[in-house]
Amino acid sequence: MSKNLELLTAPLRKANPVTVLILGICSALAVTAKLKPALVMALSVTVVIALSNLVISLLRKGIPSKIRIIVQLIVIATLVILVDQFLKAFVYDVSKQLSVFVGLIITNCIVMGRLEAFAMANGPWESLLDGIGNGLGYGIILVIVAFFRELFGSGTLLGFQIIPEGLYNFGYMNNGLMILPPMALIIVGVIMWLQKPEEDKK
Amino acid sequence: MESLGIFIRSIFIDNMIFAYFLGMCSYLAVSKNVKTSFGLGVAVVFVLAITVPINYLLDKYVLSAGALAWLSPKFADVNLDFLTFILFIAIIAAIVQILEMVVEKFTPALYSSLGIFLPLIAVNCAIMGGCLFMQERDFSSVGQSLSYGLGSGLGWLLAIVGIAAIREKIRYSHVPKSLQGTGIAFIVTGLMGIAFMSFLGITFK
Repeated sequence: MSKNLELLTAPLRKANPVTVLILGICSALAVTAKLKPALVMALSVTVVIALSNLVISLLRKGIPSKIRIIVQLIVIATLVILVDQFLKAFVYDVSKQLSVFVGLIITNCIVMGRLEAFAMANGPWESLLDGIGNGLGYGIILVIVAFFRELFGSGTLLGFQIIPEGLYNFGYMNNGLMILPPMALIIVGVIMWLQKPEEDKK
Repeated sequence: MESLGIFIRSIFIDNMIFAYFLGMCSYLAVSKNVKTSFGLGVAVVFVLAITVPINYLLDKYVLSAGALAWLSPKFADVNLDFLTFILFIAIIAAIVQILEMVVEKFTPALYSSLGIFLPLIAVNCAIMGGCLFMQERDFSSVGQSLSYGLGSGLGWLLAIVGIAAIREKIRYSHVPKSLQGTGIAFIVTGLMGIAFMSFLGITFK
């Protein structure tokens, strides 16, 4: 049991796919200007990783190793199409904001990385847990980055005003730089900076 | 003339790395020295310049709404849009594979310097991203999509060679211990992105 729990929790900090393994950065940064798309993206990626891990793990004995990359890509692409259609049907505005980045889940290295490193060698149940864990580990970074970017960049969270109006009257201003792409990189850099000493202690 | 505008824009303003974070994984993993990063950059330019126009044709004549009308008027209201992802990624994987074989056969010298990077590129988000942005932007001719592919590739090359050069030098400076390695690379990329934002004012009409 504790081994399974470990599968679920290790990716949150110790083996975080974004800050420790440096995978899946591309989409992690582009969708984090606001909290809502970040949450949706985190959820979509979790679903894709978990299900593709499960499917590949079920198929792993039947896949010839020479063409495994193609098989994996097809499985991932199919799942991403499902997620994309789902988002378009139910949360159209967010799916517009995410634009091409839903499609880019296909080439998100976390998904491929987990399939290669874990699902090809482990049973379906463990793979499912591993997928969920990694999806959450990815999501947590997205949410942290998006939290700071939306709070300081637009003064809102999930679209609600957080910074009180009075503060603006005193001359407080939203930091426009936070909305722009480069700040996402710098925030991730700082998260890594804070996380590293903790790891070294262990 | 418009193609030239798209070309310049995609290198400097809509830079793959600094504006959209595409291809970050290999960008961070392979940028430890200038020579290898140049090799990877050239491979990306190559693959983008070939796949973007091909996927453009695919999108124009097979995938988008009513695109099959040239086959027979019966197909005029067929929309295969939902197949985009799976077909694009299949085309990219296939082209990378073919390119690898062709390069190996005809120019062994180029193969020995580019070869190891080519398989990596099939899952590089810059390629898929380039193709998806091409679809979103609705270019009006193959020439425009070609100049977009070429420009984005060159922009990516520029970015990775730039960061590699900085990382080579940064080894000799006193970076705080827990920030060393990838942490500082992120922050440097952020600063480079801010520098690139100064191109924002340029317009080509």
